[in-house]
Amino acid sequence: MKRHLISAADLSRGDALLILDTAEELASLADRPIKKLPTLRGRTVVNLFYEDSTRTRISFEAAAKRLSADVINFSAKGSSVAKGESLKDTALTLEAMGADAVVIRHPASGAAHRLAGWVRGSVLNAGDGTHEHPTQALLDAFTIRRRLRGLEARRTGLDGLRVTIVGDVLHSRVARSNVLLLSTLGAEVTLAAPPTLLPLAVGSWPCAVSYDLDSELPKSDVVMMLRVQQERMTAAYFPSVREYSRRYGLDAARMARLPGHAIVMHPGPMNRGVEIAAEVADSVRSTIVEQVANGVTTRMAVLYLLLGGTEFPATGEAR
Amino acid sequence: MCAASSPVAGRDGLAVLDAEEIRRALTRIAHEILERTHGGDGVILLGIPTRGVPLARRLAARIGEFEGLDVPCGSLDVTMHRDDLRLHPARALGRTELPVGGVDGKTVVLVDDVLYSGRTVRAALDALNDLGRPRAVQLAVLVDRGHRELPIRADYVGKNLPTSQREVVHVLLTEVDAQDSVTISEGGQP
Repeated sequence: MKRHLISAADLSRGDALLILDTAEELASLADRPIKKLPTLRGRTVVNLFYEDSTRTRISFEAAAKRLSADVINFSAKGSSVAKGESLKDTALTLEAMGADAVVIRHPASGAAHRLAGWVRGSVLNAGDGTHEHPTQALLDAFTIRRRLRGLEARRTGLDGLRVTIVGDVLHSRVARSNVLLLSTLGAEVTLAAPPTLLPLAVGSWPCAVSYDLDSELPKSDVVMMLRVQQERMTAAYFPSVREYSRRYGLDAARMARLPGHAIVMHPGPMNRGVEIAAEVADSVRSTIVEQVANGVTTRMAVLYLLLGGTEFPATGEAR
Repeated sequence: MCAASSPVAGRDGLAVLDAEEIRRALTRIAHEILERTHGGDGVILLGIPTRGVPLARRLAARIGEFEGLDVPCGSLDVTMHRDDLRLHPARALGRTELPVGGVDGKTVVLVDDVLYSGRTVRAALDALNDLGRPRAVQLAVLVDRGHRELPIRADYVGKNLPTSQREVVHVLLTEVDAQDSVTISEGGQP
């Protein structure tokens, strides 16, 4: 594995399976009386958040703490960033404080990549603009494998599974990371979205594209709904929220067209009634709450694999 | 870890135990466990991955044969508790599977293939500590090769094998390596 986790494309199939299998072993920790391991004792993980986030920040914090790392939370509000400090200067400050890993969320695409050039520790991308969010893709893959392949799915990928990702692909770092990772793991990914919400370069992505959600539903094992990101929309991408919801929202009638085993995912936060109906979000097919629990487990696996071993990959096997 | 995983290296070394001898050693250990625990009441066997796990299963099967007793059997991965994590790249984790009912109040017998520095057993004791409070913890190993670095000893030993630290002990088990044997060879590294 590489030292940083910036993009889902950094992960080979072997790397991705190692992370999922490690997460599988760590999942049982949640049922134990003591939900803590001593593995990262004395290591420092900095959560560097330039954008609002509830679940990702808390998830990374819980993951690091369960591995006994020290966690420093930094949010742009109420820090020197509000006084105009640049990302580079903040990075150098963190470096001087001895951060072993920096988890960064930033509104600019590429921020995590830039940061990786400035700090000695590992950089984990927790969402950079509309670019990538690799740990979300990992937890989604983990959730899919657990639900559809069972608990004995170790060392297997997602070969042959059909995943349909629906909605605001253009603004979604979750969609990009998922397309890359799920196809690495052997799934067949289809994007279903209005043409205005697809990126120009989508033709070069390892996935199919459809403008018609209804025709994709009966052949999907997984439907992943994306949040309509009003805060990133600088132009009119669809006539009205109601029309979007009617054509691309997942309601009970659409859910009924899915195969019996199919699951419904959403990375959160949801706009109930826009991309997903409340009755769908709360149904037994929905994995939304599981995804949150799996997020902690998957991020523990990533932190362990990036920070748990030697800093300089050793060669050969010692005794 | 003291047991190398390459079966090829194992075939080249000097044979210490063959399949028959491994079977006899395990039979004796199973009897010793029954004796020492007064009939095996409240005993659970926890194998340390990789090769401790099949050994624990074999011991449980023997005890079942001898006394008709169903001894719960599981596995205990110690990777996250090791003291040498930072000396290697991060390792893949083994599986921890506790029998129903957990370890509280039980006599836990840890099972491993080779006892060497004792550091794996120390990690296992730490891991066990987070899982509950056993009444007692004992240790069963197929081979004790000496060179302890910690004050740890085994309660049940298949074979005491005097070695030099340059030598490598290979334990092969049918469940993992398609054959049963214990061999010893000169270490390749200085």
